[in-house]
Amino acid sequence: MWVYEKKLQYPAKVCKPDVKMAKYLIAQYGGPDGELAAALRYQTQRFVMPTGKAKAVLTDIATEELAHLEIIATLVFKLLKGVPVEILKREGLGEYYTEHDRGLFYADTTGMLWTAAYIQAKGDAIADLHEDMAAEEKARATYEHLINLTDDPCVKDTLRFLREREIVHFQRFGETLVHIQEYLESKRYF
Amino acid sequence: MDGNQISMLKKIMEIEFTCIDLNLYLDTHPEDQKALQDYNYYSNQLSMLKQQYEQLYGPLMVFGHSQSQYPWKWVDAPWPWEIEY
Repeated sequence: MWVYEKKLQYPAKVCKPDVKMAKYLIAQYGGPDGELAAALRYQTQRFVMPTGKAKAVLTDIATEELAHLEIIATLVFKLLKGVPVEILKREGLGEYYTEHDRGLFYADTTGMLWTAAYIQAKGDAIADLHEDMAAEEKARATYEHLINLTDDPCVKDTLRFLREREIVHFQRFGETLVHIQEYLESKRYF
Repeated sequence: MDGNQISMLKKIMEIEFTCIDLNLYLDTHPEDQKALQDYNYYSNQLSMLKQQYEQLYGPLMVFGHSQSQYPWKWVDAPWPWEIEY
């Protein structure tokens, strides 16, 4: 089971409201390479992993991704806080406001809704771990694009933390892949 | 939210992050004794810090993981997304 902690993993800061940046950042909330996709992908893939190490890595990274989902939500929430409707409309969030006001919803930056089609669970550890490594690299690239899109030093700081975590997760998934390959190889000769 | 609460919370974030990173490392290196020693050390630090924080500001966790003073403090503001760090 999961237990909630009433704290963020990292202090998510915003120096000033910025509607455009909120619109871009939502990509990492409900987009194809976002934190929801990551958490749900790893969480569901772990059931058929053949070793304890692989089950642990997927469980723990899935859990950390939920913490990142909360950080992204916090940034978007703060970036939209107190912004008048006129400005939301002018900056391209009129459609979003219609459906969700300033609430959080699982959509990407173009308004496309989150779908399970963004993720895969092949029931095959080798295939799934390759997907996971690619997913971490895609999330890393998205964070770099987002860092380039803002001049807010507070937002940049939080995004740099999240970008770093994608690199660490990629590393751990890579080690898990090598470990699974060795495990499957050793079984073949027994 | 007073300055002390924020600084305690940030310290908890810092130590818990150390634990998270060591945890993921240990998942793929379960026989690294030095990392395990560090993990256990920081895990102990973290429980002490959380206990101190919870006595002053209410539970960080529910479902039986922490106790609460009267009245039930879990419902108190601020929630994590409402804090100015």
